[in-house]
Amino acid sequence: MIGLRYVYAVCRPFSTPLQAQLSGVAGDPPRLLTHHGLVAVVSHVPEADFAEEPLRAHLEDLDWLTGVARAHQGVIDALTTVTTPLPLRLGTVFRDDSGVRTMIEAREESFRHTLDRLEGRVEWGVKVFLEDAPKPEAAAPAARPASGRDYLRQRRSQTKSQDELWQRAELFATQLHETLSRVAEDSRLHAPQNPALSGASGRNVLNAAYLVPRAGSEEFVEKVDQTKGELPGIRVELTGPWAAYSFAGDTAPESASDEERPNAKERS
Amino acid sequence: MTVVERREIALVDLLDRLLAGGVVITGDITLRIADVDLVRIDLNALISSVNANVPSPFEESR
Repeated sequence: MIGLRYVYAVCRPFSTPLQAQLSGVAGDPPRLLTHHGLVAVVSHVPEADFAEEPLRAHLEDLDWLTGVARAHQGVIDALTTVTTPLPLRLGTVFRDDSGVRTMIEAREESFRHTLDRLEGRVEWGVKVFLEDAPKPEAAAPAARPASGRDYLRQRRSQTKSQDELWQRAELFATQLHETLSRVAEDSRLHAPQNPALSGASGRNVLNAAYLVPRAGSEEFVEKVDQTKGELPGIRVELTGPWAAYSFAGDTAPESASDEERPNAKERS
Repeated sequence: MTVVERREIALVDLLDRLLAGGVVITGDITLRIADVDLVRIDLNALISSVNANVPSPFEESR
């Protein structure tokens, strides 16, 4: 059998056709494989790239990973316009269609349960950054410490203001998370983002995902918007709406920041 | 403070979801869950090798 099967998502049958020009992972337009009343969205991918060994090697290639991630997201995005897809993790590959069918049969009940839970919901991402501390005033060198005691006093006040800023950012993030959790049906905390990968300035103090009914999205976005100008030195970023990637798992996701954030409540 | 709503999806936000989210299925030749965790570690190693001034928070595990 030539080609492996890359599965993007599982959904319930839908009547609106997917956009025709959609090119999936490895350039193969996604096909619909219906089995037991569920639809797996599948691309044929070459074994040379997607068998376990080459796939593992490719995943260490950021450019390759980026291409696959964008293609995967493109298909999920298109699905989101016609149904509520249950996204699978990147790199879910089967040997052939019968492998996909077997997988559907094995997880049928769990898929239906999760699809019911996610129906009509989207995910919003909210990140909070503490902006990098502004450089000390240009005038500061003029105020050279006259004595060792002055020097220590200056040091102490600098450290103190850094600590205060950090504490305020933590408090802000915790409060924002609590507010948004009340509007959302569910929430997940992702690990803070690595600035080397994000290229974002400042320190990421909150990286959260919220499950929100489509109908409640406007209110949710408004809540995020209201934080505008609340606190200097803090930046809030909103992404979405996403398919409910962060809420697709059956079990609570590993989330490093859960433990660091005892105040954060997770509804189940 | 500004709320920035970006239409263009940042890779890092995408990877948060595609590598840490989504249903994990161990199929006949899918990567196992443990391997997917390794992807994240490898990715961090990869990034730090690109940005040598940012040390990886993870040890090389293999």
